[in-house]
Amino acid sequence: MHELSLVAGLFDVLEEKAREQNAIRITSVKLRVGRLSGVVPELIESAFDSFKKGTLADGARLEIEVAPFDFRCRKCGGMAFDGEPAAACAACGSTDIELIGGMDLVIEKIEIEIPDP
Amino acid sequence: MTKKDVLVLKDLLGTNNQIAAEIRRELRARGILCVNLLSSPGSGKTTVLEALAGRLGGRHRMAVIEGDIETERDAERIRARGIPAWQITTGGACHLEAKMIGKVLADVPADIDFLFIENVGNLVCPAGYDLGESLRCVLLSSPEGDDKPKKYPRAFLTADVLLLTKSDLLPVLPFDPEKAAAEARTLNPRLKVFRVSALKGEGMDELAAYFSDALARERARRA
Repeated sequence: MHELSLVAGLFDVLEEKAREQNAIRITSVKLRVGRLSGVVPELIESAFDSFKKGTLADGARLEIEVAPFDFRCRKCGGMAFDGEPAAACAACGSTDIELIGGMDLVIEKIEIEIPDP
Repeated sequence: MTKKDVLVLKDLLGTNNQIAAEIRRELRARGILCVNLLSSPGSGKTTVLEALAGRLGGRHRMAVIEGDIETERDAERIRARGIPAWQITTGGACHLEAKMIGKVLADVPADIDFLFIENVGNLVCPAGYDLGESLRCVLLSSPEGDDKPKKYPRAFLTADVLLLTKSDLLPVLPFDPEKAAAEARTLNPRLKVFRVSALKGEGMDELAAYFSDALARERARRA
């Protein structure tokens, strides 16, 4: 439900990076969105499409990688699972597990065009 | 013209997280325990706060920040108990963000013990926003059904405390509190679970005692 405000934040970062790099165009943007991030990739896409008009990213391709969630077992150190949120470590059965991934909302990289020197 | 890849690796919630970290530092320095309450609308957040006011009020000073889409109603209910309260009306936003808390914080008296933040009623979006709290408390009321934890995992995964509210309605509802607690614990084994009725008082003394202990622990950490 708050994808619009997140995409507004994304464009702040894009503008800053473009300025830093002297970009004349942003041609692609790659995001990593965790399955537990609470945002919906499709809604990010529509928000991105309306925001990009008239910016350096007008015409940019948006690539979204959906990241699974991972748990680490505090007892045996094993990495447990991606699937339904569950209870115990797949390796040793301990319930002392912690979530270590799946909440991310990260701008990974952008592709830009810069003028030839 | 040359094409170039630029690595960004920036968290979209980075700004929020940064402000939240500053708030957490500031509140810890002031010795205030901050609790973020989140749940669906109508789970009983305000009623739990009203019930806590009577129980914590004697020994401790508390203040409340209320988040809602519209109206001052919740803040007025809290003020009626003699507790200072600030209402943030988001005008449509589905959650509170750290910068909204930051703006109110300057007005919050420095000598309080507890700052409760009642988030916008929504079991989804508030879970993604750190507000600088020390404890996150999720509420699940018996009319909502005991199958909610796995349907809305993030709220339960990120919480420290689960309140199963409206326990006075259990005799007339198919809600199984053991099942709800077990399901939530499969997501988050460290959850502290309380069964409460803010209206009738069940479990409220235990909850107030838990918050008092948490405040003492927080201050001991600081010392």
